[in-house]
Amino acid sequence: MSQQAQLTESDQRELAQFIQVEKARAEIQETVHTLADTCWDKCIFKVNNKMDRSEETCLANCVERFLDTSLFIVNRLESMRGSGV
Amino acid sequence: MDYSGYNQGGDSSSKKQEVMDQVRSELALANAQELINKINEKCYLKCVPKPGARLESSEQACLSKCMDRYMEAWNVVSRSYVSRLQRESQNQMGGGM
Repeated sequence: MSQQAQLTESDQRELAQFIQVEKARAEIQETVHTLADTCWDKCIFKVNNKMDRSEETCLANCVERFLDTSLFIVNRLESMRGSGV
Repeated sequence: MDYSGYNQGGDSSSKKQEVMDQVRSELALANAQELINKINEKCYLKCVPKPGARLESSEQACLSKCMDRYMEAWNVVSRSYVSRLQRESQNQMGGGM
């Protein structure tokens, strides 16, 4: 007997939506892992007893500039496309 | 007579809950494993520059601190990223310029 047959339609819909939400959340977490990796290398040089303000600021800037870079690249590619490249 | 229709709502709801719980816990596990792998990699680099015959106590102390620092850094990055995402989506909803 198929397991699908046991779920009502509304439960199936709820499950499908739940999975969509969790998928989006997992993608965000994956990006955070990538950013944390890159920004740790860029910002943390010594292992101290506490994280100081400059390191915290560096990490936040690192994230923001990475996303700015992403937008920049997309926009530039679009304008390159527009000029018939 | 076919009684399979009875209590179908109850079975369906608990099956759905079971699947949701399983998905949540598998995702949490995958996330924890990735974090642990990163910590292992980064902290080994920072704290054990010249691998000796054993892990010295100073290296162990460094590893403990490094674990804390990496998790803190991860949280800072996560907060920055999520708040940037919220800002970007607000800009888009508020209508373009």
